[in-house]
Amino acid sequence: MISYILRRLAATVPVLFTVAVMVFLMLRLTPGDPAAIIAGDNATTQQILDIRTKLGLEQPILQQFFIWLGGLMRGDLGESFFFRKTVFELISERIEPTLSLAFLTIVLAVAVAIPLGVLAAYRQGTWIDRVVMGFSVIGFSVPVFVIGYLLVYIFAIQLGWFPVQGYQRIGNGLGPWFRSLVLPAVTLSVIYIALIARMTRTSVLEVLSEDYIRTARAKGQTEMKVLFQHALKNAAVPIVTVVGIGVALLIGGVVVTESVYSIPGLGRLTVDAVLARDFPVIQAIILAFSFVYVMINLLVDLSYTIFDPRIRY
Amino acid sequence: MSAPILDIRNLTVELPKGADRKNAVENVSFAVYPGEIVCVVGESGSGKSVSSHAVMGLLPKGQLKATDGEILLEGEDVLQATSSRLRALRGTRMSMIFQEPMTALNPVVTCGAQIDEVLQIHTDLGAAERKEKVLAVMESVRLPDPTKLFDAYPHQLSGGQRQRIMIAQALVLDPVLLIADEPTTALDVTTQAQILKLIAEMQERRGTGVLFITHDFGVVAEIAHRVVVMQRGKVVETGTAMEVLKNPQHPYTKMLINAVPTLTPPVREERTGALALETVKLCKVYGGGGFFQKKREVRAASDVEIRVRRGETLGIVGESGSGKSTVARCIARLIQPTSGGIVVSNIDIANLPERQLRPHRKHCQIVFQDPYRSLNPRRSVGASIIEGPMNFGMSEAAAIAKSRDLMNLVGLSPDALDRYPHQFSGGQRQRICIARALAMEPEILIADEAVSALDVSVQAQVLDLLDDVRKKFDLAVLFITHDLRVAAQICDRIAVMQNGVVVEHGKTADIFAAPQHEYTRALFEAAPGRNFQFARVA
Repeated sequence: MISYILRRLAATVPVLFTVAVMVFLMLRLTPGDPAAIIAGDNATTQQILDIRTKLGLEQPILQQFFIWLGGLMRGDLGESFFFRKTVFELISERIEPTLSLAFLTIVLAVAVAIPLGVLAAYRQGTWIDRVVMGFSVIGFSVPVFVIGYLLVYIFAIQLGWFPVQGYQRIGNGLGPWFRSLVLPAVTLSVIYIALIARMTRTSVLEVLSEDYIRTARAKGQTEMKVLFQHALKNAAVPIVTVVGIGVALLIGGVVVTESVYSIPGLGRLTVDAVLARDFPVIQAIILAFSFVYVMINLLVDLSYTIFDPRIRY
Repeated sequence: MSAPILDIRNLTVELPKGADRKNAVENVSFAVYPGEIVCVVGESGSGKSVSSHAVMGLLPKGQLKATDGEILLEGEDVLQATSSRLRALRGTRMSMIFQEPMTALNPVVTCGAQIDEVLQIHTDLGAAERKEKVLAVMESVRLPDPTKLFDAYPHQLSGGQRQRIMIAQALVLDPVLLIADEPTTALDVTTQAQILKLIAEMQERRGTGVLFITHDFGVVAEIAHRVVVMQRGKVVETGTAMEVLKNPQHPYTKMLINAVPTLTPPVREERTGALALETVKLCKVYGGGGFFQKKREVRAASDVEIRVRRGETLGIVGESGSGKSTVARCIARLIQPTSGGIVVSNIDIANLPERQLRPHRKHCQIVFQDPYRSLNPRRSVGASIIEGPMNFGMSEAAAIAKSRDLMNLVGLSPDALDRYPHQFSGGQRQRICIARALAMEPEILIADEAVSALDVSVQAQVLDLLDDVRKKFDLAVLFITHDLRVAAQICDRIAVMQNGVVVEHGKTADIFAAPQHEYTRALFEAAPGRNFQFARVA
């Protein structure tokens, strides 16, 4: 088990290196000059050239890469071209809103989706099943921003229960923090609820026809416990896999939601950095995302051993 | 006689609309008295399992429904009981064990916890008392080292141990009625003998009434006090075990008893055809392990040497884990042997790479155990049959013509080629599997437990068919089985395997007359109903 974890951690190094090379090359091979953007519309060629020299963009690409890589090794992510701050500073400012939103979203999605999925499986073919599955189709097909603006209109503008926009730092108190995140988290969770509920239903349905479910009933076990103790644990592996994929996708999903609700998180930062061709920031964010992605995959794989004793590494 | 603990009166259970008949069971009446083992015998579809599930209130909701009659458990009609009353009765007054102990136990819960669950549901005992009681019942079903097995998961136990856990779980609260639904069908013969003994012993010691569902008259002879024979949802005969086995009245009972293959092999002529297959020191080792792990190796087959002539049937007999299927799979090159040679038509195919192996694939074909799972459910049977020949360059028209001939040969209508596997019965599907294998014009036919999943009457027909096609096409047949009775009927020679080693090898008649190896003798000892001379009635 320990050796498995060590091997998996060691395997992240080549993955991250490959990502680093690809991101670096792609950014420099796509059109768009950060110096021109920083200099503004009325800048002279000389001004742009000066900025390029200052940013180190006139050096050969290979040299630029090794300078950046050397910095990375020392834990230095470099300095933003645009925001005049270190990348580390930028990311640490922006990470709290994004983590908060992602965390609330996934908790909400799991808490709603799993009971719904189990219920739909248990009542397969009845109206309950059809309602849950119908919701799931809608959840998949309605775009995030539509749900977002709809919720804002109803719950923020008409009813006034939640703020329309903005984010309250957790340091300002749990209440305001939570209130500022309810609508974004609901918005973002809809598609994950649809996904996880569907997977839960399928997985539980399969398990419900297993012999040990009949055995549990033959012991006189109640239906609730048959479903949630016997069936759900056996159905867990595919569900956890989907939740893991969900968390990974979530990182991409926050971009739109953060824009709709003006939340100053990593999603917004990514958009801004891309528009400004802010190479160091883009590189660092993508590297960080891929690191998180690899870690989530590892955690998901490890969680299998909790749910199924037959899986051993 | 005292009052029955279970009294089923005129039970009728309705099938959903569109089934092949209206009722799954119709007007069924029988009783189980205290301290008695009643065997309900019948083939698949006879309604024997439906009746027992009805007693437990475990009929699948919305599909099967008891429409008439009553089921009295100690005088209380369980058909009228509310669902909470039913739950209270299950595990306390009546309990059930099932056919396949691997799937009947929850794979992600420890064995101890699964027995403990019964106590948690039905008693107010504290954790320590419960554990004590669980260990005691585990001890009483003769599980070795109960404290260790308490924390083990089902997959870490052998099949026999798992069934003991099931029995412990069923008996921990001393129910008056134990329903055993084919509890030994999935087990090896030697394990089956132990479990039958255990059930009889527990039943006698605790005075439990046992409703024992089986299709196997050998088991009936071994364990039953009284017998109920069911056919297509109706009880056709009841009586004491002696009466029914020695003097069956109903033609269906007679047919079932006649279909039990005897342990006496028929006289067979010596086969002198050319050598079709020979293995030389065939070994297969599973496992290994990598950099960081400990090395764990399982020698599934070691130094196996067998020879089969054209026109000859060689039986490989052994229990699960004996390596008999591994040998078959190596010979068909579905898996790569670790070392040794497999000589087919003078070429050693043991280590041929896939590209060179392809021409040989058609020489050797397999018929698998479970005809329900070995045909692709989404393809018509015709498509399954012509696929192989067409892979080897036969035109579609020729392949279809051939498949029509083969359907006739295996006793099915060629018009059925457009149908899908689920539209056939188990026996018909196995005939289709045989036709599929024959379409490749093989020289070697491997039958891997090919009749084990079939009812006895169907089993006899499929065995006849296998023997017919062997003669007709001069096939070398490798017949893998765990069942000595079946082996006696069809095999010219037999190789007995244990733990990957062939322990005994010889002519069927010789081995049955005087088994040499102690394991072979143990297998004979364990064959259910071996001491019973079944009535042979016309």
